[in-house]
Amino acid sequence: MQVPTMAEFLAKGETPEVLFWVGCAGSFDQRAQKITKAFVTILEKVGIKYGILGKEEMCTGDPARRAGNEFMFQMMAYQNIQILNGYNIKKIVTACPHCFNIFKNEYPVLGGNYEVIHHATFLQQLIDSGKINMKDGGAFKGKKITYHDSCYLGRANDIYEAPRKVLEAMDVALVEMKRCKSNGLCCGAGGAQMFKEEEKGDLRINIERSNEALATGASIIAAACPFCNTMLTDGVKNNEKEDEVQVLDIAELVASCLS
Amino acid sequence: MQYIQQVAFLLLATYAIWLFSKNILQIKKNIFLGKPEDLSDSPNLRWKNVILLALGQKKMFRNKTVAIMHLIIYAGFIIINVEVLEIILDGILGTHRLFFEPLGNLYSFLINFFEILAVGVIAVCIIFLYRRNIMKLKRFMSKDLNGWPKSDANYILVVEIILMSLFLTMNAADSAIQLLGSEHYHATGSFIFSGFLVPLFDSLSVSQLVFIERTCWWMHIIGILAFLNYLPYSKHLHIILAFPNAYYSRLKPMGEVKNMANVQNEVKYMMEPELAPTGDAQPTIFGARDVMDLSWKNLLDAYSCTECGRCSDACPANQTGKLLSPRKIMMDTRDRLEEVGLNIKQNGAFKDDGKKLLNDYITVEELRACTTCNACVQECPVSINPLDIIMELRRSLIMEDSNAPQEWNGMFGNIENNFAPWKLSPDDRDAWTKEI
Ligand code: SF4
Ligand code: SF4
Repeated sequence: MQVPTMAEFLAKGETPEVLFWVGCAGSFDQRAQKITKAFVTILEKVGIKYGILGKEEMCTGDPARRAGNEFMFQMMAYQNIQILNGYNIKKIVTACPHCFNIFKNEYPVLGGNYEVIHHATFLQQLIDSGKINMKDGGAFKGKKITYHDSCYLGRANDIYEAPRKVLEAMDVALVEMKRCKSNGLCCGAGGAQMFKEEEKGDLRINIERSNEALATGASIIAAACPFCNTMLTDGVKNNEKEDEVQVLDIAELVASCLS
Repeated sequence: MQYIQQVAFLLLATYAIWLFSKNILQIKKNIFLGKPEDLSDSPNLRWKNVILLALGQKKMFRNKTVAIMHLIIYAGFIIINVEVLEIILDGILGTHRLFFEPLGNLYSFLINFFEILAVGVIAVCIIFLYRRNIMKLKRFMSKDLNGWPKSDANYILVVEIILMSLFLTMNAADSAIQLLGSEHYHATGSFIFSGFLVPLFDSLSVSQLVFIERTCWWMHIIGILAFLNYLPYSKHLHIILAFPNAYYSRLKPMGEVKNMANVQNEVKYMMEPELAPTGDAQPTIFGARDVMDLSWKNLLDAYSCTECGRCSDACPANQTGKLLSPRKIMMDTRDRLEEVGLNIKQNGAFKDDGKKLLNDYITVEELRACTTCNACVQECPVSINPLDIIMELRRSLIMEDSNAPQEWNGMFGNIENNFAPWKLSPDDRDAWTKEI
């Protein structure tokens, strides 16, 4: 499969419908790359004209900004906006809630105005409009699945229903954790915590959250963020439950249900 | 005799109100030590927030039982103040139950209603005292509340119980006097709850009853005036500040971090030097080290905090035993602001006291533990944003003090050189495309 870049579209004098912003995790992290590939598979299957920036993509600056390094954030934002505006990008889809949040809420004052959509909403729209056809019943029909709300999708941007609708479309048996939706507990990765050791305490946040997810008895923990995915996968491993319980992105679930 | 009471009342009430206004003005002054932040947009939406969040206590209803109990105290507090209006007018005019004649039957209805509320308030205060001191709920046991804050909460509950009991005893004594017949005391009949207390006064004479009734009346109003003047020193200031705080609460999505226009411009001029203004740049500080560097809204937040601990109870860092507690962030900000306000009052202008909010009150370890998850912001019933303060202090740590953990410095370096937070070559960013 050939993943088209914006540069190639430009060379052909064409513009794609949407830019798929892969993000650093989606590009480099081995676990997250699988999510990226699953999402691209869906885009191809549905026949959406999309492009990526490829080597021209850069960190949005989210971890730098949240760590307190505004200079670095502004530098990255400046460069990204130059590139995005240079390609005259109108619509961006991304599988990372942090990238989504920063494009939607923080780039506009800096001159980067785009229609931004997170892949949870994007997938829900494709399902609603009948563009995604699941195999009969879907591979996860009746399976006990719990969904972990990413802070940057949920509280930060009020997206609670879209990922759940995607799961419902696969006829799964959704079980909620006690702390869900606006009460959801963080996985521990946000605010640049992903890139350093936790401060000392009684327990790691990802362990606390994974324990809660495991307590639901679900065989799959669904997530919609590559960082949550990493944190929860570690937590499940810490409990030595990785043989029984999988942590999967909603895009991976959908991709394996495609007919 | 009557005149002495009237004059005494007037003097007392005037003094109490003057003192209260003075303290409130001081608080206002302290709040405006903060940096300007324009929150004058969207008045309609803001009024809606006042109605939903402050008047309607929407967030409290995340826990219905507690919300209803709190609502009883709150409604009791506001509605019984109608009675206080009568008390004040009676005090000034030397009348007794001034509203009885104009209101007729409605009057008995109102007083009965107030009595029901008063009994409700007493019941809830007892339950709240139980929850705080015997049930030992986690958020009330935290070390954030050690010392004064813990007593503050208990004092208020006890005072509420006393005030309400005085109100009921006063009504009971009044009814007993009416049974014995006295000109000054209108025949209102006995009331729903205080009626039960009347038999206690069976054997007393009119003058003894009048003494009891007057004593309760005086203690009730003195209690209320004292309570008013206690507010500025207490977490109970929220009964006033919850309203402006709801009005000025953030309307933007929680995920949005405040932009730093000064840094934005600096980066722009670096990239496009032709745009840079000529002349020396104004020295600015980045982020906040002390309360004066925060915005006035952050400081209003600090004074509005009820110290309820809902934020810390939801905080992932706090729940897993880290030092960070968003409630403590708010309490520290208020304590430091009080200190700075006093410093300015005593010295005319701020005199360096060798202290700062950062480090002396809030430590680096606390700030580092925040995941920016917004759970604290989501939970706060009075629209406080602890994360905003955490972010400003973090900015100062990084940009003013270059104080970052080693791993973060590595991450910054990677972003700068590899355009990703990991030490991986930018040439490999699209390597995954070759694997499908
Ligand atoms: S934003 Fe920070 S302080 Fe607030 S709840 Fe989350 S981790 Fe705790
Ligand atoms: S910040 Fe809000 S939630 Fe936290 S203690 Fe204060 S009032 Fe309660």
